[in-house]
Amino acid sequence: MVSAYSQYAWLIPLFPLLSFLILTAAGRTLRGAGPYISIVAAFASFVLAVLIFWERVSGGVEDFTWNKLQWLRLGDTSLTMGFEVTNLNALMLVVVTLVSLLVNIYSTGYMHDDERIHVFFAYIALFTFSMLGLVISENLVQLFIFWELVGVCSFLLVGFWYFKPEARAAAKKAFIVTRVGDVGLFLGMLLLFWVMPEHSLSFSAITNAFNQGQIPEATATWIAILIFIGAMGKSGQFPLHTWLPDAMEGPTPISALIHAATMVAAGVYLVARTYPIFMEAPTALTVVAAVGAFTAIFAATIGTAQNDIKRILAYSTVSQLGYMMMALGIGTSVALTAGIFHLFTHAFFKALLFLGAGSVIHAVHTQDIHEMGGVGRHMKVTAWTFAVGALALSGIFPLSGFWSKDAILTEALVQGHPVLFAVGLIAAFFTAFYMSRLFFLVFTGTSRSPQGGHAHESPVSMTFPLMVLAVLAVAAGFVFTPFNPWLGGWLTGEAHEEHANYLVMVLSTLAGLLGIGLGYLMYYKQSVRSDLVSGPAPGLYTLLSRKYYIDELYQLVIVRPLQGIGSLLHLFDVYVVDGVVRLCSYAVTGAGRLGSRMQNGQVQTYGLATLLGLLILMLALAGRRFIDAG
Amino acid sequence: MGATGLATPYLTLAAILFCIGLYGALSKKNAVIVLLSIELMLNSVNLNLVAFSKYGVKPGLTGQMFSLFNITVAAAEAAVGIAILIALYRNKGTTDVNEMDSMKR
Repeated sequence: MVSAYSQYAWLIPLFPLLSFLILTAAGRTLRGAGPYISIVAAFASFVLAVLIFWERVSGGVEDFTWNKLQWLRLGDTSLTMGFEVTNLNALMLVVVTLVSLLVNIYSTGYMHDDERIHVFFAYIALFTFSMLGLVISENLVQLFIFWELVGVCSFLLVGFWYFKPEARAAAKKAFIVTRVGDVGLFLGMLLLFWVMPEHSLSFSAITNAFNQGQIPEATATWIAILIFIGAMGKSGQFPLHTWLPDAMEGPTPISALIHAATMVAAGVYLVARTYPIFMEAPTALTVVAAVGAFTAIFAATIGTAQNDIKRILAYSTVSQLGYMMMALGIGTSVALTAGIFHLFTHAFFKALLFLGAGSVIHAVHTQDIHEMGGVGRHMKVTAWTFAVGALALSGIFPLSGFWSKDAILTEALVQGHPVLFAVGLIAAFFTAFYMSRLFFLVFTGTSRSPQGGHAHESPVSMTFPLMVLAVLAVAAGFVFTPFNPWLGGWLTGEAHEEHANYLVMVLSTLAGLLGIGLGYLMYYKQSVRSDLVSGPAPGLYTLLSRKYYIDELYQLVIVRPLQGIGSLLHLFDVYVVDGVVRLCSYAVTGAGRLGSRMQNGQVQTYGLATLLGLLILMLALAGRRFIDAG
Repeated sequence: MGATGLATPYLTLAAILFCIGLYGALSKKNAVIVLLSIELMLNSVNLNLVAFSKYGVKPGLTGQMFSLFNITVAAAEAAVGIAILIALYRNKGTTDVNEMDSMKR
C-alpha cells in the first residue's frame, strides 16, 4: 500500500522549528500571541503524527525511507540526511507531539506571569523540534546531531531561571553529565562506521548487517555497550543519573516534557532503534539489564526519603527508566515491546504527575511536601487526576502502568530471569509506597503552611491537560495486554502469543497494594509511626535522603581533582601564558617610552643614538662576515 | 704590512683624537666646547687623509688636497657655527646645549 501521509513526515519537526524561528525573530513584539503560535504549531505536528500513526495502524504500510539529501562527502563514502517512518517512530511521534502540545497549553497558564514567556515558548518549540528530528532520523549521524540539540535545549530550559544559582548549576550539570554519555555514543558510532559495510550508518543498513551476522560478536558487544553509555547519560541510568533530579530546577512544564516524552525517552528510544546490534551481543544485553534493574531499585529507594515533590517524581522517573532498560536488556522482541510500551504509558502518567505537581506548586508556592497538606480539598481536579497518575505509576489494575509493568515482569519471569523479576517487584513496592506517601502528605490531612489553606484550583489551561492525560493514563494500557497483544506484533513485525501470567499479575498488584497500604497507614491513618525505619536505623534514612552520597562521591572523586587540575592550569595560564603576553606588551611599551624619551630635542642625544645605530650596523656587518667565513 | 705598518701611529693618533672629539661632542654642556670637539673630529679625519695619501696603497696628492678642502670648509663651518651660537646666546643668555631643545617643539 502506498503511504499517503508518511512521505510528509518531515513536516512534523518543521512546524515547531517554524514556531521557534518566528518566536525568536519577533520575540517581544508578539508577547501575547507567542504562546498561541507555539500551540498551533504543536497542534499541526500532532495532527500529522496522528494521521501517520493511524495510517500505519489501519493498513500494513511499509516503512518509508527518504535519504536523498547528501550533506557530507568523506572520500568515497558520503553521509546523507533524510527521514524514516517506521511503526516504532510513528508511535514516538504521537507521544512526543501529544505531550508537547499539552505542555504548551499548560504553560500558557503556568508561565503566565513570567517576563520571558516568549523565550520560554521558543525554547519549548526548539526542544520539540530536536526531539522529533531525533525520532524520525534515518541514520545514526543525523540522530546524533539532534541528540546534541536536545542536550542544548535541556541546558537552556533547565537553566531558564538563570538568576537562581541552583538553576544555573543544574543546567550545567545536565549538560556535562549527559555529555559524558555522549562521548560513549560517539565512540560507538565511530566503531560502527569502521566496521559497517560501505561505512553506512543508516538504521536499515545496520539492521541488515547485524541480522545477517556480518559483524563479529565481540565488535557488536563493544558497539552496543558504547551506544548504551550514550543512552545511560540521556536516560539517567545509574552512574550518570545525578543530573536528572537536579534538572527539577527548571520550570515544572519542562520537567514534564523532559521526563515524560522527550529527553530521557531518547536513551530508551536509541537502544530500541539500534536493537539489532544488542540482539547480536548477549553480553551487552546483560549489562543493559543489570544497569536497568539496579537503577530501578536504587532510585526507587531514594524516592522514599525525599521531601521535594518534584524530586520524588524525578527519582521515580529514573526508576521507571531503569525498568524500561531492564526490559530491553532481556533481549527478546516481546521484551522490546514491553520496554517501549512502558515508555508509552509512562509518558502519559508521568507527564500527568509532573503537571499535577506544577499545579500544586502554582497554588501553594512551595515544593516541600511537609509544608503542604490538605491541598486536595481546594483543588479537586488536580487531586483526582494526580491520584489517577499515582495509581497508574504504582501499577494498580486496570490502569496503564499495571499493563506495562506486568508485561516487563512477565517477560522477565518467562525468559528465566528470576533476579530481574524480584528486583522489579521490589521496586514496584517502593514506587507504590513513595507515591502514596507523596499523595497523602500533599492532598489529605490538614494544611501545614499558611498558603496551603488559601490554595485554589488552577486555571482551565492547566487543568485541561491534566484531564486529557488522566484519561490517557487510564486508557493507554489497553493497547498491549496479555489478552490483546496487538502492539507487540505491530511494533516488531513478529506475531506474539498471548500468555497471561496470573501469578505475575497477582504478585505485582500485591506489591503495589502493599506499598500503598503502608503509605496509607503511615501518612493518612498515622497508625504506623512514620519513623518505623528512620527511628531504629537513622543511618539508613540519612543514606537514602542523601541519595547514597553519590553526588558527594562525585564531588570528591571527580569534581575536586578536576577543579584542582583546573586551578593549576589556571595558575599556568595566569603566570606563564599571561606572563609571556604581558612581557611582550611591556617590551613594546618600554621601547615606545624609550623612543619618546629619546626625542627630547637635544642634538647630543640624537647624535648618541646615531652612533649606537652605526655601531650596531658595523657589528652586524662584521658578524655576517664572520658567519660567512664559518 | 709594508706601507700600512708605517701609517699605524698616525691612524692610532687619529682614532684617539676622533674618540676624544666624539666624546666631547656628545657629552659637553658648553656649545663652544662642542664646536671645538667637532673640529677635533674633523682634524682626525684630515690626519687620516694625509696618512693614507703618504702611506696608502696608491700614494698621491689627492688626500692632502682633500684635507686642505676640509680645513677650509671646517673654518667656514666654525664661522657659521659661532655666529649661530652668538645669536642664540643673545636670545637665551646661555651656551648650555641642554637648554637648546627648541627643536622638540
